[in-house]
Amino acid sequence: MIYLNAFLLCGLLCMVAQLIYDSTQLTPGHITSMLVILGSLLESFNIYDALIRWCGMGANLPITSFGHSLTHAALKSAENEGWIGIFTGVFDKSASGISFAIFVAFWIAILFRSHD
Amino acid sequence: MEQSRLNEFSSRHKIPQKKTRNAIMAFISGGLMAVLAQLIQDGLTMYFSKENATILTILLFILLAGVFTGFGVYDKMAKKTGAGFFVPITGFSNALTSSAMECKREGLIYGIGSNMFKLAGSVITYGIVSAIVFSLIRYGISLL
Repeated sequence: MIYLNAFLLCGLLCMVAQLIYDSTQLTPGHITSMLVILGSLLESFNIYDALIRWCGMGANLPITSFGHSLTHAALKSAENEGWIGIFTGVFDKSASGISFAIFVAFWIAILFRSHD
Repeated sequence: MEQSRLNEFSSRHKIPQKKTRNAIMAFISGGLMAVLAQLIQDGLTMYFSKENATILTILLFILLAGVFTGFGVYDKMAKKTGAGFFVPITGFSNALTSSAMECKREGLIYGIGSNMFKLAGSVITYGIVSAIVFSLIRYGISLL
C-alpha cells in the first residue's frame, strides 16, 4: 500500500511541477524553491509528518522534504532550548543530505569533464 | 494580408504543445523513482534503523544523480521526464554537480567552489528563510 501512496504522491508533485513549468514562464529554480517553501509550510502545521507516515519515501524523496526537515529540526530543537534552538538546530536533519551532495558534486567536478 | 500570411507562417512553425504527454511522463517517472526509493529503504531497514535507512536511501540517490550527471546521462533522461527528474532530491544533486562541472575551467576557488550553488542555492536560501520564519511564528504561538 505504501508503494502505491509513494508513487501517487511523488508522481502528482512532479506532474503539478511539470504543468506549472509548461504553462508559465517559471524556471525549475522557481518551482523547486516554491516546493521547498510549501514543504516548510506544511510541516509547520504538522501535515508533512503525516504524509511521511502514509507515503514513506514518496514524501521523503521530493525536494519538499528539504523544507520539511529544516522546519521539523528547528521546531524540535526549539522545544528543548527555546528560541535559540531554531537557529542552532535548523540544519540538524538535513545536514547529511546537503553535506553529502556538496561532497559528491565536488569530486564529480574534479573527476569528470563537462559534456557540452 | 501581410499579417495573415505571417500568422499562418508562424503557426506552421510553432512547437506543438505536448503538455499532456509531458505531465504524464513527469507523473510516471517521479512515481517510479519514489517506488524504487521505497524498495531500497525497505531493504535497508533490515540492517539499519528506519531513520538511518531513509537517510541512506536519500544519500544513495544523491550519489547516483551525481555520477549520472558526470557521465552526461542525467540531462539526457531529464529532457524526456521533465519535472520527474528535477523535483526529487536527485534534481538538487544534479544542479550542484552540473554547475560545478560547468565552471571547472574557472578554477578550483572561483569556479567549482563559488559556482557550485549557482542553481541549487535558491533552494537552500528559501528553505532556510521559510523554515526560520515559520518556526518563529509557530514557536511564538506556542508561547501564548
